[in-house]
Amino acid sequence: MTSPLRREDVAKVAKLARLSLTDEELDLFTTQLGQILEHANDMSTLNLDDVIPTAHPFGLINVVRDDVVRPSLDRDVVLAMAPDTEGGRFAVPRIMGEAP
Amino acid sequence: MRLPGDWEMVVGLEVHTELKTATKMFCGCANHFGSEPNTNICPVCLGLPGSLPVLNEHAVDLAMAIGIALHSRIASSTFHRKNYFYPDMPKDFQISQYDLPINSGGYLDLPDGSRVSIERAHLEEDTGKSTHLGGTGRIHGADRSLVDYNRSGVPLVEIVSGPDIRSSAQARAYASELRGILIATGASDGRMEEGSMRIDANVSVRKPNAPFGTRCEIKNLNSLRSLQRAIDHEALRQIELIEDGGTVRQETRHWDENLGETSTMRIKEEAEDYRYFREPDLVDLDPDQRWQDRIRASLPAMPAERRAKLKARLVSPAQAQLDAVEVVIDLGLESFANAAIDAGADPALAVARAANELAAGIEDLKNLSAEAFSATLLMEQRGELSATQAKTVLGELLASGGDPKAIAAAMGFEQLSSDSLGATVARLIEENPDEWTRYREGDEKLAQFFIGQVMKITKGQANGKAVIAELQARR
Amino acid sequence: MKTAQSIAREVQSGESSASAELDNSLSAIRARDEELNVFLYVDEEGARATAASIDERVARGEDVGPLAGVPIAIKDNMCQTGIPTTCSSKILEGWRPPYNATVIDRLIAAGAVPVGKTNLDEFAMGSSTENSAFGPTRNPLDPSRVPGGSSGGSAAAVAANMTPLALGSDTGGSIRQPAALCGLIGMKPSYGLVSRYGLIAFASSLDQIGPFSKNVMDAAILLEAIAGHDPLDSTSLPEPSPSLVAHVNDGVAGKRIALVRELVEGADEDVVISVNRAVEALKDAGATIVELSIPEFRLGLSAYYLIAPAEASSNLARYDGVRYGLRVDAEDVAAMNEATRTAGFGAEVKRRIMLGTYALSAGYFDAYYGQALKVRTRMIDAFKRAYQQADLLIGATTPSVAFAFGTKTSDPMSMYLSDVFTIPTNLAGEAAVSVPFGTGEAGLPVGVQLLGPGRSEAQLFAAARVLEIAEDRS
Ligand SMILES: [Mg+2]
Ligand SMILES: [Zn+2]
Repeated sequence: MTSPLRREDVAKVAKLARLSLTDEELDLFTTQLGQILEHANDMSTLNLDDVIPTAHPFGLINVVRDDVVRPSLDRDVVLAMAPDTEGGRFAVPRIMGEAP
Repeated sequence: MRLPGDWEMVVGLEVHTELKTATKMFCGCANHFGSEPNTNICPVCLGLPGSLPVLNEHAVDLAMAIGIALHSRIASSTFHRKNYFYPDMPKDFQISQYDLPINSGGYLDLPDGSRVSIERAHLEEDTGKSTHLGGTGRIHGADRSLVDYNRSGVPLVEIVSGPDIRSSAQARAYASELRGILIATGASDGRMEEGSMRIDANVSVRKPNAPFGTRCEIKNLNSLRSLQRAIDHEALRQIELIEDGGTVRQETRHWDENLGETSTMRIKEEAEDYRYFREPDLVDLDPDQRWQDRIRASLPAMPAERRAKLKARLVSPAQAQLDAVEVVIDLGLESFANAAIDAGADPALAVARAANELAAGIEDLKNLSAEAFSATLLMEQRGELSATQAKTVLGELLASGGDPKAIAAAMGFEQLSSDSLGATVARLIEENPDEWTRYREGDEKLAQFFIGQVMKITKGQANGKAVIAELQARR
Repeated sequence: MKTAQSIAREVQSGESSASAELDNSLSAIRARDEELNVFLYVDEEGARATAASIDERVARGEDVGPLAGVPIAIKDNMCQTGIPTTCSSKILEGWRPPYNATVIDRLIAAGAVPVGKTNLDEFAMGSSTENSAFGPTRNPLDPSRVPGGSSGGSAAAVAANMTPLALGSDTGGSIRQPAALCGLIGMKPSYGLVSRYGLIAFASSLDQIGPFSKNVMDAAILLEAIAGHDPLDSTSLPEPSPSLVAHVNDGVAGKRIALVRELVEGADEDVVISVNRAVEALKDAGATIVELSIPEFRLGLSAYYLIAPAEASSNLARYDGVRYGLRVDAEDVAAMNEATRTAGFGAEVKRRIMLGTYALSAGYFDAYYGQALKVRTRMIDAFKRAYQQADLLIGATTPSVAFAFGTKTSDPMSMYLSDVFTIPTNLAGEAAVSVPFGTGEAGLPVGVQLLGPGRSEAQLFAAARVLEIAEDRS
């Protein structure tokens, strides 16, 4: 698990994360993220094949709520937060592709 | 439709069904279709910073009900985040189930005896809804879009079939049978036109026993007719492409109902990178045996069982009667048919009247009791009402309720047996061809002419409405 | 400055009033806020109304609650209805939440008076409060140095006597580290003890809200008031708030406390001296001291810097310019999302989003995120083994005392190392408290860290109280 990070990886990740980076930022991030991943290599020496990953610190299960309607927010309050609205809806510039 | 040569299609369906809960999947907002835009939203389903999801217990109940009906294995499951940016998705990730779904495996038996395997039926949340302004109203060419988040967070179950379907008719039968099951379990209202059941079809073609071909996914088919047409069209498109020396490209396609064809929506150059990981704001779901048993015990009979039971009551049924049974089961009318048969009505008659008259008046079914339905059929069987009169009485019962005997009396059906009224009307039509032609062409005034003639012959014993019914039946 | 406990007692008895205590707080804020940049927003009007209503209720003879009239500062990553909440980010500038975080509701129910929102590292990502879009906060004890982070504003508010109490959030040390650097008590409670509903997420499986105060009793009163099950948070522990105040003076007699080698390794000499002195004080109070090595602690930093950014990359996706906050216009939605996020997020936030996106992306998931989750399991097991030999653990909170501005900003890795002693507790979901004990370089406070298993807050406060008493006597 040596750092496989290349400049084009960083560019690809930026696109996935919807961030645009300048050339200088790309260089800087490639170096910095590389260093962090290199530090993380200390984990690769461990044999963790049989270890069950932990996503939650405590093992709670079946936390559910009753199917009972609660008041929603006032629409005017919600729309007042939005950068742009029209006809009671949130307005956005054109969408270039359908949802996956 | 038959495919050319020895080509065979391979189809798998992904059905998304909205669950009929009172509230959304992770918050207490109303799960209600048709509200004013953005009125059923709160910090959770709008993805406001700091908000957290809490799972709706009833959504889990309904997901398990679907799983049990599809003979799935219910197991300990987890929720994951599926990460992608899209404006109708408030958190820019969808909470869904990934490697550990609540229901896995299972099958669905179709009326024709074939069996389609079920891979999984998992819980996930719905997105909001966009309206596109400018251009054609479709997403392409629009200037801007408006988003309503009322649907955001509505609970869904996604049911994924195995690639077992071999014809568009079988695909349609599968979707129809599944819809019946969803309605029977109470999980969904099955309203495809309102989007509460949406279908994606994975279609590929191959020669017999060859490995599966490259598949294309047709998105968002919202009627059984579209499903069937789209699959046929897509299979033919792929066959033509291959026979012309081309190769099928894996892609997502859009079905245009008006043009009757599919078109490229998105090419899958590389797999989408959804960066699935465990949803840290939710804990594991592990329904114990008691919870599962409670759901199992509350399930009514599924359509296949109900269909088999009703068919068993018919004596050497003709195909038309078997088809009528399908309609009765699909529309959930068998309680009427069964009650009439129990009361002594001919099973074939009971099924036919339910499949035709009751199906036509299904919106008004609340006005009609099973007893009134049975009584009408028995009157018809005893010859107190003609077939036409019985249909008229049923129509009246559906329209405004009441007692069939009283209705028949008010319409004068008792004074004149339908057979002789029918015969009289038939004779008058033969004797007055010009009047009949004008009436048939839409001159309603001529009805009064015929009524007058009938009254003269019957000395005022006949009922005008019944005469009109006889005329209409022959029109 | 009066303790929170004495303010509450005086307000409830009529000896003082919530309005008068608020005046004291507001004048302390006016006196130093310009210099220190502690508050991003002071809700003078709202606080005055809250204080007035408390005074009315006291006049009617009502029991107002354990925090009657106590002014409190809130880290600006917790939602309060109608009050600007920014996470120190330009992307949320001007946003006013339409709902209260559960902790805000509970503070109000306990009679506290929220006075305003404090500065932090943007989205709680940092260890110095230098990553704020609204400028850094200065350490009240030495304004040339950082107050620590990310809850630097909340720590500074208490250290500068602006409020006797403050709330922070701790994802990898963000309460304990600034508490250490500002000479305060700061506790990271067990994961799930305090509801996260309304806490703007950084890393959901690690985030936890906790108290800052100048003394142990005040921290116990505050935590007891905000803890306990919340049906709005699925990860909330099922029990009601534990009894903490009643156990503050339980002492440590008969307790086994383990000094953990990895929690002093690499720390400055003066820090190590303070930890050793604290160990002696606990021994004097009747504790049995053992020494332990927990090598897994060395892996904490690596696991943390994959897990936290991974969760953050997803939690911060929603800042896309569609529904609230900043929007930078562009031709189409994707371009608008990108322009908004590029303009709205600072460098450290971008760095962590990038790191987390990479760690989760296809092809790297198993090597990075998956491996980190397994290390997390190892960490939990290591803690469990340690707690077979000891009731509590002890070590340093931070490797050094407060550092000067700009010393670590150019090298992310050196900044991340500030949290090396605090991270294991977050990964295991357990509890830990930082207690000021002795001084180091330039007379600045040193923080000693006591660690305990999940739900051990009462024991931790009791041990912290022993150190507090020992420090008062010395
Ligand atoms: Mg899905
Ligand atoms: Zn909602």
